Amino acid sequence: MIAFIVTTIICFITYLLLTTGSGTIGLWSREELLFGFILSLIVGFVTGRIFVKEDFRMLNPVRWLTFIAYAIGPFFMGMAKANIDVAYRVITGKINPGIVKISPDLKTDLGITMLANSITLTPGTLSVDIDEDKNDLYIHWINVNEEALKGESVDCKYICGNFDKWIRRIAE
Amino acid sequence: MLEILIYILLGIGIFFNVLAGVGLLRFPDVYTRLHAGTKCTTFGSIFICGSVIILGLKMWYQGSTDGSVLAIHTVGALVAILLTNPTGAHAIARAAHKSGVEPVGAVVDSLRKKSTKKAVKKKTEVKE
Repeated sequence: MIAFIVTTIICFITYLLLTTGSGTIGLWSREELLFGFILSLIVGFVTGRIFVKEDFRMLNPVRWLTFIAYAIGPFFMGMAKANIDVAYRVITGKINPGIVKISPDLKTDLGITMLANSITLTPGTLSVDIDEDKNDLYIHWINVNEEALKGESVDCKYICGNFDKWIRRIAE
Repeated sequence: MLEILIYILLGIGIFFNVLAGVGLLRFPDVYTRLHAGTKCTTFGSIFICGSVIILGLKMWYQGSTDGSVLAIHTVGALVAILLTNPTGAHAIARAAHKSGVEPVGAVVDSLRKKSTKKAVKKKTEVKE
């Protein structure tokens, strides 16, 4: 039942965002509001069970606020640094690439997806493959740091800074 | 005043997108090219979308409902780019590595060790 309500509300908000400026009640016309509500009910009824899995951790607004803070603060800064780094390598052509393994020790699917996407968008790294049993990530690194290669798998701090701590706070 | 800000954001965005194009031509193999293709285009697109959003908010403030459509739909497009661009790059890189493309000048390749180990295991199982 909670899954149905959550999915319906999210669908309705999305529909409202996509149809702004259509009328005079607020920004919407009466037809759009009614039709959007009926459509959201149908979609919520059909896909609620797929959209929300067994637990409701992500309904906690504190997690959403943490996510927004993460996206604006450390993530955007990391992205800016990445782009200046790649710009430098595009112009000079200096590269020292390699594929390394990291063990971020995250358990949920959502967490590992967010970490992989963050890694792809930040300094000089690109996630290539995942070991689904242990949630290890294989990373293509454009400028390999020799110090990091000593152990079996590379420490997270060379690749993603403190992103794994943020993501553990958001998704686990 | 706001127009100058819009032009500056647009300029930064175009600079990074051009850089992505140059990177695609200059880098030696598929992985390094993906670096240029994902990071620079996403970052550039954020600035271009930002300039469009500011323009839309300005039009909205001046009383045109078209402005709200412009701003909100651009936010939707930005979210879609941020979600799909790294995922697509990951899919391409994984497919390239599975079909045997080796990174040019690689210092270390942990993934290849793992896949060769697996292949050896499979062969021995078949023999037994």
